[in-house]
Amino acid sequence: MSLSKQHELHERRFGRNVGVGLVLVGLIAIVFGLTVVKVTRGDYETPATQSVSQ
Amino acid sequence: MTDTSINTQSRSAETDAQFSDYFALLKPRVMTLVVFTAFVGLLAAPTPLHPFVGFCAILFIAIGGGASGALNMWWDADIDAVMKRTQRRPIPAGKVTGDEAFAIGIALSAFSVVFLGLATNWVAAGLLAFTIFFYVVIYTMWLKRWTPQNIVIGGAAGAFPPMIGWAAATGGVSVESVLMFCLTFMWTPPHFWALALFMRKDYDNADVPMLTVTHGRRATRNHILAYTVLLAILAVAAGFTSIGGPVYIATSLVLNAMFLRGAIRIWRRDEDISEDDNFLAERKFFKLSLLYLFAHFGAILIEAGLDRFGVWA
Repeated sequence: MSLSKQHELHERRFGRNVGVGLVLVGLIAIVFGLTVVKVTRGDYETPATQSVSQ
Repeated sequence: MTDTSINTQSRSAETDAQFSDYFALLKPRVMTLVVFTAFVGLLAAPTPLHPFVGFCAILFIAIGGGASGALNMWWDADIDAVMKRTQRRPIPAGKVTGDEAFAIGIALSAFSVVFLGLATNWVAAGLLAFTIFFYVVIYTMWLKRWTPQNIVIGGAAGAFPPMIGWAAATGGVSVESVLMFCLTFMWTPPHFWALALFMRKDYDNADVPMLTVTHGRRATRNHILAYTVLLAILAVAAGFTSIGGPVYIATSLVLNAMFLRGAIRIWRRDEDISEDDNFLAERKFFKLSLLYLFAHFGAILIEAGLDRFGVWA
């Protein structure tokens, strides 16, 4: 039994909230996937570190 | 004291928008054409793209196309409310407000362009941005309510996706991608004018200057035939360029013969004959036009595949 009663608005917008949640999960997956592909293919290279001479 | 209460009862359950209503703003059916032609443009390109990057590129192009659909619905809400074909769209149905559609359209436009640029290159992103601008500002806001040539010039917006797909893979524009653009561009007028012939009252009531309204239905039938002849010449000729080949030429010859026959049939008919069979020939021509475009791009895809596997080499 839940501690607080579910507001009618939450029931009404359940489908919409699930949809938005799935879109956000998809966005994370895309950004992560693109990052992995770009980095592993060497599209982005970290700048060479410069040694500081004394 | 400040009243912080929020009115959560302003909308009834019937008019409350579901996720599907927001998705409908993106014109999913139009999106299938965008996705397919962009996919063909991307795969037909000589430079292979990493499958995941390719998938993302198609997704961002589809989102960009959807965003322009949402902005189109925001601007055209008054027309949509009058036309039977569009009355059930989310804004006229009262599910989504115009402001929401505008916000979604702008946000998704920016998202799709930036992400396409980051995922592939900025030529493709620039083309996508231009496509959204062309569809929303040039076609929706300007041409649609101003000139009967709205469909002809506005058709360019729907013709860009294969060019964007090609640019996503190659980083540029070439003769092949321009030919794919031309194919969709020339196909759009007969496709929409056939629709306008059998959805006749809709455009009259909405006061949209479609050719059927401004120049009459006889002139529309003449225009359908003229554009179909030009399209047939272009479509078959494209078969002898680098995007074509035996499969494409065979497909194109058959489909253009069918399409020309349909256009001639429409041209020969008058309103009385069309009324008698409830615009059967016009409806058939419209359905055939969908098959026509998908088959042509399908053939380009097959040719690209055969070429890649060295079948014609």
